[in-house]
Amino acid sequence: MYVSPVREPLISGEKSYTKVTEDIYAPMTGKPGKAWYAGLTLALLALMFGMFSIFVTVWDGIGTWGLDRTIGWGWGITNFVWWVGIGHAGTFISAILLLFRQKWRTSINRSAEAMTIFAVMCAGLFPLIHMGRLPLGFFIFPYPNTRDVWVNFNSPLLWDVFAISTYLTVSVLFWYMGLIPDIGTIRDKLVPGIKKKIYGFLSFGWTGSARHWARHESMSLILAGLAAPLVLSVHTIVSFDFATSVIPGWHTTIFPPYFVSGAVFSGFAMVLTLMIITRKAINLEDYITKTHLESMNKIIIATGSIVGIAYITELFIAWYSGVVYEQYAFVNRAFGPYWWAYWIMMTCNVITPQLFWIKKIRRSFAATFVISIFVNIGMWFERFVIIVTSLHRDFLPSSWSMYTPTWVEVGIYVGTFGLFFTLFFLFIRFFPVIAIAEVKSVLKTSAEKFIKKGK
Amino acid sequence: MKQYWKSIEDLIPEEETGQEQKSSMVLSDGNDSSKNSRRDFLKYFGFSIASAAVFASCERPVKKAIPLLIQPEEIKPGTSNYYASAFYDGNEMVPILVKVRDGRPIKIEGNDLCELTGGSASARIQASLLNLYDESRPAQPMMDGKAISWEQVDTDMKKVLEEWDASKEFVILTPSIISPSTQNIIGEFKAKYPFVVHETFDAFSYSALREAFELNYGKAIIPSYRFDAAKLVVGFNADFLGSWLQPTAFARQYSKARKLTGGQREMMRHVQFESTMSLTGSNADERVPMAAADEAHYVAALYSAIAGKAGVTTPSVKATEAIQKIADELWSQKSKTLVVSGTNDVDIQSMICGINHLLGAEGTTIRLDSPISLFQGDDKAFDALLGRMEASKVGVAMFWDTNPLYHAPLEGRTKAALDKVDLKLAVNSQQTETAQLCQYSLPTPHFLESWDDAELVTGMYSLTQPSIRPIFKTRQAQENLMAWAGIDGKFYDYLKLYWKENIYNTTLSKGKQFETFWKTSLRDGVVLDENKKESALSYRASDLSSTTGKYKTARSGNDLELIMYQNVPIGDGTLANNPWLQELPDPVSRVCWDNYVAVSPAFAALRGWTQGDVIAVNGIDLPVLIQPGQARNTLAVAVGYGRKNAGRVATDLGKDIYPLVSLKNGHRQYALEKVEAVATGSTYELAATQSHHSMEGRELVRETTIAEYLKNPASGNETHAKVEKLHTSLYSEHEYKGHHWGMSIDLNSCIGCNACVVACSAENNVPVVGRNEVRRSHEMHWIRLDRYYAGDTDNPEVVRQPVMCQHCDNAPCENVCPVAATNHSTEGINQMAYNRCIGTRYCNNNCPYKVRRFNWYDYTGADTIPNNRVDPAGMTLDLKRMVLNPDVTVRAKGVIEKCSMCIQRIQDKKLTAKRDGRVLEDGEIKTACQQTCPAEAITFGDMNDPKSKISVLLKDARQYGLLEELHTLPSVVYLSKVRNKDKNKTLS
Repeated sequence: MYVSPVREPLISGEKSYTKVTEDIYAPMTGKPGKAWYAGLTLALLALMFGMFSIFVTVWDGIGTWGLDRTIGWGWGITNFVWWVGIGHAGTFISAILLLFRQKWRTSINRSAEAMTIFAVMCAGLFPLIHMGRLPLGFFIFPYPNTRDVWVNFNSPLLWDVFAISTYLTVSVLFWYMGLIPDIGTIRDKLVPGIKKKIYGFLSFGWTGSARHWARHESMSLILAGLAAPLVLSVHTIVSFDFATSVIPGWHTTIFPPYFVSGAVFSGFAMVLTLMIITRKAINLEDYITKTHLESMNKIIIATGSIVGIAYITELFIAWYSGVVYEQYAFVNRAFGPYWWAYWIMMTCNVITPQLFWIKKIRRSFAATFVISIFVNIGMWFERFVIIVTSLHRDFLPSSWSMYTPTWVEVGIYVGTFGLFFTLFFLFIRFFPVIAIAEVKSVLKTSAEKFIKKGK
Repeated sequence: MKQYWKSIEDLIPEEETGQEQKSSMVLSDGNDSSKNSRRDFLKYFGFSIASAAVFASCERPVKKAIPLLIQPEEIKPGTSNYYASAFYDGNEMVPILVKVRDGRPIKIEGNDLCELTGGSASARIQASLLNLYDESRPAQPMMDGKAISWEQVDTDMKKVLEEWDASKEFVILTPSIISPSTQNIIGEFKAKYPFVVHETFDAFSYSALREAFELNYGKAIIPSYRFDAAKLVVGFNADFLGSWLQPTAFARQYSKARKLTGGQREMMRHVQFESTMSLTGSNADERVPMAAADEAHYVAALYSAIAGKAGVTTPSVKATEAIQKIADELWSQKSKTLVVSGTNDVDIQSMICGINHLLGAEGTTIRLDSPISLFQGDDKAFDALLGRMEASKVGVAMFWDTNPLYHAPLEGRTKAALDKVDLKLAVNSQQTETAQLCQYSLPTPHFLESWDDAELVTGMYSLTQPSIRPIFKTRQAQENLMAWAGIDGKFYDYLKLYWKENIYNTTLSKGKQFETFWKTSLRDGVVLDENKKESALSYRASDLSSTTGKYKTARSGNDLELIMYQNVPIGDGTLANNPWLQELPDPVSRVCWDNYVAVSPAFAALRGWTQGDVIAVNGIDLPVLIQPGQARNTLAVAVGYGRKNAGRVATDLGKDIYPLVSLKNGHRQYALEKVEAVATGSTYELAATQSHHSMEGRELVRETTIAEYLKNPASGNETHAKVEKLHTSLYSEHEYKGHHWGMSIDLNSCIGCNACVVACSAENNVPVVGRNEVRRSHEMHWIRLDRYYAGDTDNPEVVRQPVMCQHCDNAPCENVCPVAATNHSTEGINQMAYNRCIGTRYCNNNCPYKVRRFNWYDYTGADTIPNNRVDPAGMTLDLKRMVLNPDVTVRAKGVIEKCSMCIQRIQDKKLTAKRDGRVLEDGEIKTACQQTCPAEAITFGDMNDPKSKISVLLKDARQYGLLEELHTLPSVVYLSKVRNKDKNKTLS
């Protein structure tokens, strides 16, 4: 098949259809390596520490956190927004890029979607344990009851409940939808036994018939259509938690687009961080290539620049508004007691991604890995700056105060990493990290073996 | 088997003896009981034990809710009764009302029949209720650590009194006894036992004040001061709003003279010269920092300047510009002035007498014909008593509510003297340091469990009646004396008889019989005999020339000096074992749970000290607090802390500074010259409820000067009109068809005394969280007094603002709660449904006023999870829980709470009016903060009623809403502050 010489192959090496299946199936066979066990143990330890911290929080109270009468939200909500943000890449890649027919998405969408789900699970944990009375958390659902009490539909927190739960549901469906043909493939490769039965059950009787494929394709399209607006709405609604309030630094109309681009920005960074390690660890270098890297880095520049412009717009509006509280809030961000957090955010989010304008950097795995970590850090600090520095000095100076997290809050954050990586390690062991069927669908058009370069 | 018989019944069959089988253990089935084997016994035994255990375990624990056999007419379960009583802690006497609910006193209010204090009560009076339920009170009579009975005490004491060695004294050491009947009992006791000596010892000494009056007027009195009759008040280190003499009464008079509501156009001016920033100084129109060592010089200069104008010859003392100016001002106002000093120094107090006399203040602001009976203590007499103790001349010392070992250790002299006393009796209702040295502990009941009377000012009587039966095995000190002197009956009978014989007369009772008069007096709590007056004293010139001559020059160089003062919450330390008071922030520093050394910013910079550095002041380690407005070389430390034996809360809390108090010229000196202060290198975190002290140029407290106010009442409040113009909304506003509750706070009246904070805590079951939690900004107070400094750090202006939930009509908290736990009532109140709250804290974040409080831990014991309580002050002990107001939910862990505008009081009065079939009257409902406020700064009422007081205040030009530009439409409004000060002609 003829492909333009400027278009680089997405899959390098001599890859036949069988080879693809074998390559991707390889990490799931045999005994897992020592590194996998070590990684899983570490993740489980972190998870246990997190569970203990959550136990302390629920048993003793939110007082075990560093919050106070002025600062009602701290690390908990920072981590919530951060994880939700990370959870944006997967669905963005699989849904929006599917609609835009971007072929490069096929190599990364599976793991990105998995990450989305795990990240949203980590994120969803925070609003729960953040409640002073967790056992009564069900009050937040509009369920019929004899007391005739109803939820408050004016509250963005309630919108959050719907937004996050819908997003999680659709993401899981979408992810699983894509997994079905691959699970079928795995089932077929297994020798009869319990394992085969489980995969057989999970594959929903997939036979690969034309009718199955037709249904699969149309279902994917429908879910993509549903998921695409959700990508935009989730973080929009998360941003409403802040934007609808009266607190200077929160009360801003710019928040929805700013938050969504920030989320995609951080999500892509996290996908890159993990993919760069994973492709090395389980020998998928031929499937995740510099071309993928470059495409993703281009999105990082785009979203990173949007975020940068948003920061500057905020400063301008604060000055332009003439409101003393608003002006103080931004001066305080940059030069107040938490100035370091602001400048970490600025450096990591605005300056470092600009390095991707240089082609050499955006095509370098090492450089991308470092920068993606910077972006992850920067985006965490963005949420910290928005939440803590806005709250700690608001309207009445008499109530101003300072915030430092306690070990419990740090523990819960570590615990969410534990949860995320535990699930991720299990995922790479039990499911194909790359969508076999989807890669195969682009093999003819984008694999090195099939395209005739310049001929 | 051979039968062995054990008794005659065993041998002779039952029929023959005719006796019934005695064994209770076995059930007879007609057979010979001896046939019942041991095995049977064990079976029955086992069965009965098992069934007893089963039945016992089914039974619920016995709760002591036994209905009264004969229901007293006035007691209805679930409704509160109010009993008139009187508070007296050895310092202040204020007639009060005690709210009693189901047999428990749960709140103290001021008695509005008292003309001096009205319905107001200070923070300490409000909090004294909690001392009643203090589990560390001495609970029963003890001898050398062993519990004994009161009968045993009486037997022992009678023996001691009968076998008396005539060369020794039996000393009764009391605080100032203001009760005429108690005086009488002591008199009778002394008559019966001539070796008995009664000495008075005040915890905080005012003896120089009395001596100065003796020198200048011939009688050791303390007159009644009338701040409300003054147009100009000049204070020298006198914290008359916080601690000096009668702060509650003075605060009331002070704010009355400064109010600009109700058409009043004149305002008393207040100038304060002081060494540390006191509550009083922070309210002054002008304040001049002054070293304590220079006070005598300043007063001498003022005396000399006034004397010069009055044509009295006196050595001229070079006055500073400020003194010269204030002398001119005083002279122009003459008799409508009052000059006071809080220093326990005869020379200063004499010169103050001289100044007031020359100005003609006697009869207007100083009432010599109605002296107060407080602070009768004479340090010289105490000094002499210590001398007699040291000479082993005291056989028995009875410490009746006195604690000289703590309040006047006098460099170990007191301890040594007390050791020489053969037998010591501790007769107190609270634990004391002195009691630890005593062989006998004879606990007295708390004043809410006692009968007593008081004559604060000649002819002004009040009665104390018990509002609960004594919780512990205590006995009133008066009854001790009665028992030992062989006077029959209870103290109640004695008191009543005393009143019948000495106080009752037909003029006073308006012709009524004594019983009627007694009942009316008990009901009212106060009786005013206007015909009983002291003869007016006349000024007799003492030799003030030589006194003035001593202070011709200023003494302070660069020497460091120390002053020891009583702060507003803790005072002299008598009531220190009180969680409400310990958690109450100091009105000036906003620090609680500790004392500290206040240092001027300039001096701290000089020494390189920062807040929290621990420094050793003459060997006492204290953390530094940088206090703007402090005199440069003065250190100030609050007394009343560092108790060694006060109970669980106050013991070892803060540092005791009383050891630095010495006797000078026969009077206890609370200032010390030439102190050593060195940094220790360690640091200590103070529990402060406010860490930022500038308003950052925001218009939170709006203020103006009197001259500008008279020109334009809206001066300083111009923004309000601008904001009002912009008042518009896309959304429809709430409609209030019935009531619309609102509150107005006059910032010109509020003195920041914090009484409202304790009143609110008591009324609304606000938890006490302890020092560590306050350090973490977890304090729970529903109302707080924000304090801001303005101007230079050496002598800043101070403004205060009480902030509680503003009950916004556009409440930012309401629309963000996902479960609608906080919502808007039809009467405009922002209400909290605690049961619905899940604790997202979003409302707290979105509250611009930061008045919402989250239950970070299980502070109250209302949480269902065990073993997670955070209650360092013991507020959840069963005994202390008796103070809880049953009308207000105790909040659980994880719930947001905040000011409800005392919704329970609103509902109560609404229901009362409904039951009576009438319209609710304006002013009938009083919130707890409003009711106790000595300054009457708070007005609550219905904004929909055009004739209500609140509606009138809403039209005041000084009215504005806090952060009104946010369009939260608060129902709480503020009236701007006015300073009686000429911006162009300041004193310094």
